[in-house]
Amino acid sequence: MSRLIALLALLFSLQLSAAEVILSFDSPEQEQRYSSLIDELRCMVCQNQNIADSNAELAEDLRDRTYEMIRTGASDDEIISYMVERYGDFVLYRPPVKSSTLLLWYGPVLLLVIAVYAVWRNIRRKSQASPAQISDSQRRKIRRLLDK
Amino acid sequence: MTERSILARPKFLIPLVVFLFVAGFFALGLRLDSTLVPSPLVGKSAPSFQLPLLHLESESLQPEQMNGAPWLLNVWASWCVACRDEHQLLLDLADQGVVIIGLNYKDDPGQARRWLRELGNPYLVTAVDNEGSAAIDWGVYGVPETFLIDPSGVIRFKHIGPLSAEVIAEKILPLIREPT
Repeated sequence: MSRLIALLALLFSLQLSAAEVILSFDSPEQEQRYSSLIDELRCMVCQNQNIADSNAELAEDLRDRTYEMIRTGASDDEIISYMVERYGDFVLYRPPVKSSTLLLWYGPVLLLVIAVYAVWRNIRRKSQASPAQISDSQRRKIRRLLDK
Repeated sequence: MTERSILARPKFLIPLVVFLFVAGFFALGLRLDSTLVPSPLVGKSAPSFQLPLLHLESESLQPEQMNGAPWLLNVWASWCVACRDEHQLLLDLADQGVVIIGLNYKDDPGQARRWLRELGNPYLVTAVDNEGSAAIDWGVYGVPETFLIDPSGVIRFKHIGPLSAEVIAEKILPLIREPT
């Protein structure tokens, strides 16, 4: 059994190393920027993956492009705007805040505020509610029943 | 406690209104095709490239050479199944005198030439984008894609995926026939 596990482990480790492309960077900071950029960019072909995870050919090309741009000294903003100019805001996993995305960014906060306000009003109304009105004869009846 | 009609207590209607609002959003969302992303390039100048021709590798094409008349750029490949679907429509368009330039994307030139020999060649010329770098500049992410470029070199329309007779009749032809 343990031999089988070892064999399987070996198999998977081989596959992983085959998929990994070894890139060399001038500094650890550059490498850091590269991995965070490919993490933030969407693969336009598969849409629910970033270009770091995708095996699509276009994702590969865009990783290469990102790498080249970092190596030639482009800033993060330059690389992001390069991608946005070609593929639109959709290429970003974090859409920019602008008038068309206001609801997307602040909608949840707005809903939370509305919900908190509704709960707060409800609680306040309940605590302020006046005690039930009962007539004198009813009061005497209650007393009688309680005293029994 | 007195019975009151639901209309007298509009608060009961709030959940219904909220539901209808949310359902409306979902209904709209279901109708949208999320794979069609509007191109930021529409309304902008066509990105430049200089690529060799499929049938004459010593010659190259730059999009600027096409200025002066409207033309279509059709991104295709012989490995692309959907390109086969739209091919007849492209041939028909070419018959009507529409200028179509092919951009052969990441393809084997031999295969591409054979494809055109077998199915017919609607393209005035085909430029070869082996690396896919021109395609990146044009924001291509799914082959086939078709761009309409006006006489001044501005992209006026982009279609992602195979063309349909409706798209040609309703979008492309009116833009081509538009007086400039």
